[in-house]
Amino acid sequence: MTGAPEKRSRSAASSLAPAPGDHALTVERLSKRFGDRAAFEDVSFEVGYGEVFGFLGPNGAGKTTTVRTLGTLIAPSSGTATVAGIQLTADNGPSIRARISIMPESPGLYLRLTVMENLQCFAGLYELDDVRGRIERALRSVNLLDRAGDPCGSLSKGLRQRVALARALLNDPAVLFLDEPTSGLDPVATREVHDLIGSLRECGVTIFLTTHRLEEAERLCDRVAILSTTLRLIGRPDELRQRLFRRSLDVRVRAPLEDLKVVLGALPEVEGWEQTASGYTLNVSDPDLAAPALARALVAAGADILSIAESRHSLEDVYLELLDEDVEAKRP
Amino acid sequence: MSFSRRRVAAITVKELRDYRHNRFVIGTMAFLPLLFIILPIVQLLIAPAVAASPELTDRVGLSLLYMLVIPAVVPSTLAAYSVVGEREQGTLEPVLITPIRPEEFLVGKALAVAAPTITIAYAMFGIFLAAAKLFASPVVSSAVFAGSHVLVQLLFTPLLAGWSIWVGIAISARSSDIRAAQQLSILASLPPLAIIALMQFKVITPSTGLALALAVALLIVDTLGWRAVAAIFDRERLITGTRG
Ligand SMILES: Nc1ncnc2c1ncn2[C@@H]1O[C@H](COP(=O)(O)OP(=O)(O)OP(=O)(O)O)[C@@H](O)[C@H]1O
Ligand SMILES: [Mg+2]
Repeated sequence: MTGAPEKRSRSAASSLAPAPGDHALTVERLSKRFGDRAAFEDVSFEVGYGEVFGFLGPNGAGKTTTVRTLGTLIAPSSGTATVAGIQLTADNGPSIRARISIMPESPGLYLRLTVMENLQCFAGLYELDDVRGRIERALRSVNLLDRAGDPCGSLSKGLRQRVALARALLNDPAVLFLDEPTSGLDPVATREVHDLIGSLRECGVTIFLTTHRLEEAERLCDRVAILSTTLRLIGRPDELRQRLFRRSLDVRVRAPLEDLKVVLGALPEVEGWEQTASGYTLNVSDPDLAAPALARALVAAGADILSIAESRHSLEDVYLELLDEDVEAKRP
Repeated sequence: MSFSRRRVAAITVKELRDYRHNRFVIGTMAFLPLLFIILPIVQLLIAPAVAASPELTDRVGLSLLYMLVIPAVVPSTLAAYSVVGEREQGTLEPVLITPIRPEEFLVGKALAVAAPTITIAYAMFGIFLAAAKLFASPVVSSAVFAGSHVLVQLLFTPLLAGWSIWVGIAISARSSDIRAAQQLSILASLPPLAIIALMQFKVITPSTGLALALAVALLIVDTLGWRAVAAIFDRERLITGTRG
């Protein structure tokens, strides 16, 4: 699995510090209702410092509402949370907001002001010292130093997104919330934002990333949660795949086997099989044990093996599988 | 965390910088005062040059009243824009995500409206006085400068502006449509002006005491308005109402 070892080592490092005080976010049974409709309900999770946490879900799942609730913009209907070590209450709003930042779904820049003027305003709102230095660092980290004097209205969508990211970095947030940072961007601009998030991650910034792009979550996040009003699943992307799908091997052979039942039935690792267009898919308890045994048995039976490989399930498969269940569950 | 002047200044400076490039604001600040200064000057110029007639007093009173329309109406259109305008641009959410308090946000907005509009109102009054001195007949001109006219005018200009600003911002914070907010704000800017008009036309017997009472009432609104508006400033409604 590509990229997995690196992710594992990071997760291992962050799980070394399980003390509750060390969590960037702890959320317990949090709900928000608008009238009698729940935007999200009974959501609980924890995010460690330095972790990149993906918050996945379809349109209307409650992602933005969750971010706004944790960012003290709206009050939860029930449940508790701590954000950057501070209890989520109305009175703590200003101190929580001083320690976090949110990049909202739309950049919300003052289009008639220059990039520099926009950032100066926010440096003032955060009461930062060394305004010039901070703005310069933030602009450098999003590669926009040379556009500081341009009016924001003259920038492309991708560049505006980067200014919004620079704005969110100004106060060195303990937790950075990114609400669909790549929505509406072309592949090149998306790649740029991904690279930026990657480098923030290297610097140990805690990131809460909402998205409905699965490859984005898979690529960038240590752990993901899948939300659809309620929290459906939470874990490392590879864990989720394993939890949701039985492990299996895809076998391709040149010609169908005549005594298939005999050959496969003799292998204790194989729990079941079905025929596919080009061969078989076998349910196995452990692919690492089953694959060599299977290869030997097939060769002995005279089959021409084209390939034996573990079936790959992407996070997208996990997601669709889950939400499919949702849709089915909602049917009368 | 206490009230931060720095955050207030950040809002005010941002706002003033934005005005420079905002056609709507430039238009409002240039066009409305010009509109409202033409009538009073015309009144002066056509006033009868007969010494100390009641008609002359009425004419002068009317033109001075017109001059007070500027500090009442110009700030109210800008104040009405202040919150709902940002909401419509989508720039309110990023601001409310910072540690800013409603009071700081509102005072910053109010100062940004007050500074240019009071300056403009005084400038227009200066132009009016100059026109009276230079072009009106000596009788009319001395009627303008007689008694406490000028002083009252100088005093009521910022007082009326303050009323219009707070009422306008309050309306802006609660409405979801810029144009409706502006129409309502202009209407709401008129009551204090109406009281002055009633005194001017002797419907209410004018007296120094009454004028002072009105001034004190306006002063209280102007200095405490931010608290009242902060109390009706609903962060959640402002954020979640912006959907769409
Ligand atoms: N102000 C509001 N009033 C009523 N319902 C609301 C309000 N804001 C959000 N909702 C509802 O709450 C649910 C969650 O909305 P939210 O915007 O959090 O979803 P989301 O996951 O961010 O979706 P998207 O992917 O489209 O951004 C939706 O059903 C939405 O209609
Ligand atoms: Mg959303």
